[in-house]
Amino acid sequence: MSSELRNISRITGIILIMAALVSLVAGCSGTTGASPLAPQARLRVATTTSLYDTGLWGYLEPRFEEEYGVELDVMYAGTGKALELGRRGDVDVIAVHSRAQELQFVADGYGVERVPFAYNYFLVVGPASDPAGIKGMTPEDAFRKLMAAGGGTFVSRGDDSGTHVKEKAIWKNAGFEYGGVQKAGDWYIEAGSGMGPTLNIASEKQAYTLSDMGTYLAYKGKLGLVPIVDKGAILLNVYSAIAVNPEKVPVKNLDTASNLIDFLTSPEIQKLIGDYGVGEYGLQLFTPCAGNEPTD
Amino acid sequence: MELWNGLVKAIELIVSLDPEVMQIAGRSLRLAVTSALLASVICLPLGSIIHFNRFRGKRLVISLIQTFYSVPTVVVGLFVFVFLSRAGPLGGLEILYTPTAIIIGQMLLIVPILLGLTISALSGVDRTILDTARSLGASGVQMAVLVVKEARFAVMAAVVMGFGRAISEIGISLMVGGNIRGFTRVITTAISLESSKGDIELSLALGIILIFIALVVNIVMNRIQQR
Repeated sequence: MSSELRNISRITGIILIMAALVSLVAGCSGTTGASPLAPQARLRVATTTSLYDTGLWGYLEPRFEEEYGVELDVMYAGTGKALELGRRGDVDVIAVHSRAQELQFVADGYGVERVPFAYNYFLVVGPASDPAGIKGMTPEDAFRKLMAAGGGTFVSRGDDSGTHVKEKAIWKNAGFEYGGVQKAGDWYIEAGSGMGPTLNIASEKQAYTLSDMGTYLAYKGKLGLVPIVDKGAILLNVYSAIAVNPEKVPVKNLDTASNLIDFLTSPEIQKLIGDYGVGEYGLQLFTPCAGNEPTD
Repeated sequence: MELWNGLVKAIELIVSLDPEVMQIAGRSLRLAVTSALLASVICLPLGSIIHFNRFRGKRLVISLIQTFYSVPTVVVGLFVFVFLSRAGPLGGLEILYTPTAIIIGQMLLIVPILLGLTISALSGVDRTILDTARSLGASGVQMAVLVVKEARFAVMAAVVMGFGRAISEIGISLMVGGNIRGFTRVITTAISLESSKGDIELSLALGIILIFIALVVNIVMNRIQQR
């Protein structure tokens, strides 16, 4: 037998034996397949972390699933990432809070329509001792003083989320280029995390941070942070839902996506959103606004 | 004592077979076992082919395989994401953010380890045994059977090792699974989410289960290697 032939027969033998071994192992271990449902039976929504961290989606999800018989996959991502997932067609609906970016998203044809469904306010929270002495100021003045006086640490979301975009808008209104703020010093920390984790970091470091009201109230019990700045027109925080447009992006679930948006703006669910967390936190986390743009 | 209270509650969750903990742990186990088995189906024959053949660049191939032993999970995650995203080349399959995507990612992650360790296992077979067999007139097939027989425990250890890496990774599960509750949430992603939310009991319970699985894997490996 030539060496080449011998090699080939060897290999064939080995493969057969290995295959037998593997099928034996596979057979013993029983059913191991993870059979996902067909994608048609699922609706995927990317939601801003502030809505996720308050537990609102966990509360609404089973209601929607029961009413429409659809598996709702809720993914949490900052507004920037949620919009990107929408543009890529990896989600069917986005629930976000950054008006200018949302309008752009719809104008570019990626979104069908921007439907506001709830709002609350942002606030700057920080340690009760208020080391920078900014309590009660307007957001813009507070940021100016943080920059000028030092003495206070500020934790930024740093993740291109709606809250982060709002923070950048406040810096801009206060007269600072954001690039300069990022390099302003050790007192400015970029967390690169969701709202809940960022609040935890601020609490650990006894620092200030910008938060939405809902997540702050939901986390308040675990934090050593108090409201510092909570008045100013710029602090309005509107949550909208947008169905991804199948004419621009290859998504297939527009009907179900529209159902989700109708669901969110239905009187019954609007009432649930308005009541959500009131019993637990003593304050309203979200004010429902069924499809209308709230004005301050 | 946060840690102590957390630990007590964690053990309660495990002992009472809390449905959420069991579901997440079961999913982790199922996905990692599937990945390890599928990777074995690819790697055991392929590893044998590489081992039993002489070809140019064989050393290079083996060192390349070994380089990928320590490929970061997030890099594999990113790679799979780019391919499976609807905007990507395999977007039409619609498997991003499903358990299937996690299995694909974990397979890619552990294929180099399984392949490399299979080759080492086959190389580790004592030459004198083969020489003896040949001198007794064994045919090619008989020789191959002999090698596989001799190497079987080391090969099994390689599979167990791959399983261990698959079940303990987080980058892939997070990036291509999406940590969707009740669908793609696994032990590691749940720990990451729950601890960032400040709920440490569930994290600790899952962490204990993961360590327990690691322990079992280790015991099995030792048993296999002692034979």
